[in-house]
Amino acid sequence: MTSRLRAENLTLSYDQRVVTQGLDVSIPDGSFTVIVGPNACGKSTLLKGLARLLKPKAGTVFLDGEPISGYSAKQVAHRLGMLPQTPIAPNGITVGDLVARGRYAHQSLLRQWSREDEAIVGEALRLTETLELSGRFVAELSGGQRQRVWLAMVLAQQTPIMLLDEPTTFLDIAHQIEVLDLCADLHDQGRTLVAVLHDLNLACRYADHLIAMRAGAIVAEGHPSEVVTAELVQQVFGMDCRVIADPETGTPLVVPAGRDARRQARAGQLVASVPELGR
Amino acid sequence: MSSAVAEQPSVAVEPEVRLSGKVLRGKILGGKAFSLRLDVRAAVLTGVLLLVTLGIGTLSLTSGDFRIPVADVLRSLTGQGDTGTDFIVLTLRLPRVLTALLVGAALGVSGAVFQNLTRNPLGSPDFIGLTIGASSGALIVILLLNGSAEQIAIGALIGCAVTSIAIYLLAYKGGAQGFRLILIGIGVGAMLDAFNSFLITRARLDEAIGAQRWLVGSLNGRGWEDVRPVAIALLVLLPIALLNGRRLTMLSLGDEAATALGVPVERTRFTLFAVSVALAGVATAAAGPIGFVALAAPQLARRLTGTTGSGLLGAAVMGGFLLTASDWVAQRALPDSSLPVGVATGAVGGAYLCWLLVHEWRRKA
Amino acid sequence: MALAIDVRESPPGGPVRSANAFRVLGLVAALALLGLVILLSVAVGARSIPLGTSWQLLWHNDGSSQAAIIHDLRIPRTLIGLLVGAALGLSGGLMQALTLNPLAEPGLLGVNLGASTGVVIALAFVGVTSFNGYIWFAFAGAGITSVAVFILGSTGRSANPERQVLAGVAITAVLGSFVYGVLVTDPEAFNRYRFWDVGSLSDLKTSSGWQVLPFILVGSVLAVSLAPALNALAMGEETGRALGAHILRTRALGMLAVTLLCGAATAVTGPIWFVGLAVPHIARMITGPDQRWVLLYSMVLAPALLLAADVLGRVVVAPSELEVGIVTAFLGAPVFILLARRRRMADL
Repeated sequence: MTSRLRAENLTLSYDQRVVTQGLDVSIPDGSFTVIVGPNACGKSTLLKGLARLLKPKAGTVFLDGEPISGYSAKQVAHRLGMLPQTPIAPNGITVGDLVARGRYAHQSLLRQWSREDEAIVGEALRLTETLELSGRFVAELSGGQRQRVWLAMVLAQQTPIMLLDEPTTFLDIAHQIEVLDLCADLHDQGRTLVAVLHDLNLACRYADHLIAMRAGAIVAEGHPSEVVTAELVQQVFGMDCRVIADPETGTPLVVPAGRDARRQARAGQLVASVPELGR
Repeated sequence: MSSAVAEQPSVAVEPEVRLSGKVLRGKILGGKAFSLRLDVRAAVLTGVLLLVTLGIGTLSLTSGDFRIPVADVLRSLTGQGDTGTDFIVLTLRLPRVLTALLVGAALGVSGAVFQNLTRNPLGSPDFIGLTIGASSGALIVILLLNGSAEQIAIGALIGCAVTSIAIYLLAYKGGAQGFRLILIGIGVGAMLDAFNSFLITRARLDEAIGAQRWLVGSLNGRGWEDVRPVAIALLVLLPIALLNGRRLTMLSLGDEAATALGVPVERTRFTLFAVSVALAGVATAAAGPIGFVALAAPQLARRLTGTTGSGLLGAAVMGGFLLTASDWVAQRALPDSSLPVGVATGAVGGAYLCWLLVHEWRRKA
Repeated sequence: MALAIDVRESPPGGPVRSANAFRVLGLVAALALLGLVILLSVAVGARSIPLGTSWQLLWHNDGSSQAAIIHDLRIPRTLIGLLVGAALGLSGGLMQALTLNPLAEPGLLGVNLGASTGVVIALAFVGVTSFNGYIWFAFAGAGITSVAVFILGSTGRSANPERQVLAGVAITAVLGSFVYGVLVTDPEAFNRYRFWDVGSLSDLKTSSGWQVLPFILVGSVLAVSLAPALNALAMGEETGRALGAHILRTRALGMLAVTLLCGAATAVTGPIWFVGLAVPHIARMITGPDQRWVLLYSMVLAPALLLAADVLGRVVVAPSELEVGIVTAFLGAPVFILLARRRRMADL
């Protein structure tokens, strides 16, 4: 298993708070990797560190064998594309214009815009099914449409590796599936995808490599069917559950324990902790 | 152009959809080695604005203590006039018009860069302490050192430079993000404003009035020695700004997205901040702190051309237009004397803010 | 088997009660501080009078030259400083609560300059020279400016802090340009204005204090009465509405209070900056976010700050003096810069 993108001994901090410390991670080439974990476990921070958006306090991120800080901004942008969590759409920009900005890394002073750029933008719009929206203002679009447009922009960048920070937050279930299906298509076409998702079940459905994090450390890594167990969910999320096979796809499906079951479990714990009560 | 590590899906050579002209504005010019997308409408409108500006400038050359007919003005400009007209047109009036044009352009570009860097239509070198710093430098020369006109200009430049360095350093916290530049610029500006008030209140009345006149901003008595520095500055700095124009446009997507797309964000910001400061400084040194051109020109240009890019060239031309027109109006406003141009641009600023107010109010209602 | 778990409540009158006791204590300390500053304000100056003597002369006017200085010059100055300081501090706290903008304050947001321009218009164009006349122009100026800043400074329906500050500066610049543009043609008016523009407590008559007192009183009462509504508003418009606060009415009344307070204060002393900025922050550090306490503390601490700045101005360049407006700018701007540095990324 080769890894073009990996990190060694990575320590990342945010506003004086250390989020990850001494982390080692390798993104398998050609995989659809999903990072999961509870709130504030450091998954977004890790993604930003991998995308060189955050300068590590210690440790190194390697891209194609070299430290990522050694590349110029454009060189990295040729290989790595990232969709941030809350992207800002400038006022009054149209869909076509926004997606066109994804071509920046392939343009230069003399070659500012060519027919090839246009073709690639058109293809990106087609793949994300946003071609009909191309003349409209981004601000007027629905959440799902906007997310597809941002994906089109990252697509137009034409990178073999794509990092996506919570691409499905604030989308309804249908749009979440829509976006993730699109990601799966992009993955099938040969790209390496790394996404941060907060929905564990969707992560199990789409990922072929899962990274589970808690409190800034990687708790488990591997194929979802091997890694996702009730013990892992308890360890990472602190929640009781059952793991069954998804009737649709066969991937692990996490079913949280019911209220009564959880109450009994808590009572059982309490009884066990106070021996006098047991008599 | 293909990157060595390409594993992308193949792209059809013949695009299925023509995007330019319909979706993306403008035409594609050029071929293999050189190509760009030209927004034809924006280019034409900017060109027209430039012509209008030149027309107003020529009109300015006709008015003054002696009215000179347009035909004679044109003759002098082309080197065929008589010495009398030549003197008035070429030595007295032309430098003033050129100063207005160039200072306006410099202010327009400076403002456009700033508004893009801070992603705020109210961002302007006037407000974030740069021109106040230039004023402090100039006031020190005027009131404390009793300097000559050149020394005042140098004082303004130094004041602007020192202030901007202080602002950048104070705003730097892992990078000098736009919102911090604005706030700290305002803070520094408030302090320097108090310092300026202190100087003005401690001076003799006649000195204070003289200083205040400079502070309002004026093009009176500007000669070729004032045109040269601004022209040189524009010649050097405008290309630098234009070279970074595409990067500036990309910055509007936010630091993270811009970095991900391949823009060296902090380096770009530093370069453009320096360019904006230098242009504002030179403009202030030449004509005093002329307000609101840097504020209004970029937005008005954007409205005119409809561009979503950084709009630097449009802002330059619009700035030149605003200042030239303001000067023309200011000269003819009062029957026997002329208002300093800063008063006219102040009125422009007031009108612009009122329009912005109404616009924002309507947008929310 | 039912488990009778005895969840112990906090001791009667527990944590909340002790927090209130702390706040009352703090208020007493603040009042003591204010008292000290008042004494200094009366004693210190070009001819400094020892504290003990000042204290005595305050109560017994024995006709000496020292007593004359105290009663004719410094007491009026101190009284007006108290009033104006309280007004500005209260407005600052009010503005910060109304707009949820920790950087708001009447000077920065151009309200003081709006009042000032109103006065200039009254004096220069309308020819109104009596204080009772031009104070209404000050109110008009302050009111219009606060509304304008609010509109310009919001994105969407809520106020955006950085944008608001910028809007304030923009309006200040326009008004300043207008005023100075007008004055450039009138040297005498310019001469008077350049001193007034700085914001000063010197050469003031007690009568001006009496004249603004009613407005400042009404404004203060109005402001303090809005405190509970402001507490609800602090969590955002929608939450506030759900809690029963009348958003529009609170905002309108709040702006009215700001107009009265700032208009009156500026009409007496000229525009003074930054007094309303730091004081609410300091108050919040001691009392927490409860607006009733924050506003109360602001009313006490702000005059202390203003008078202290005035005293400083008399000391630093003795025997001449530095106007209080200049001192507050030099002291307040660094505070503002510090606050600005602490802010996190926000969309403009």
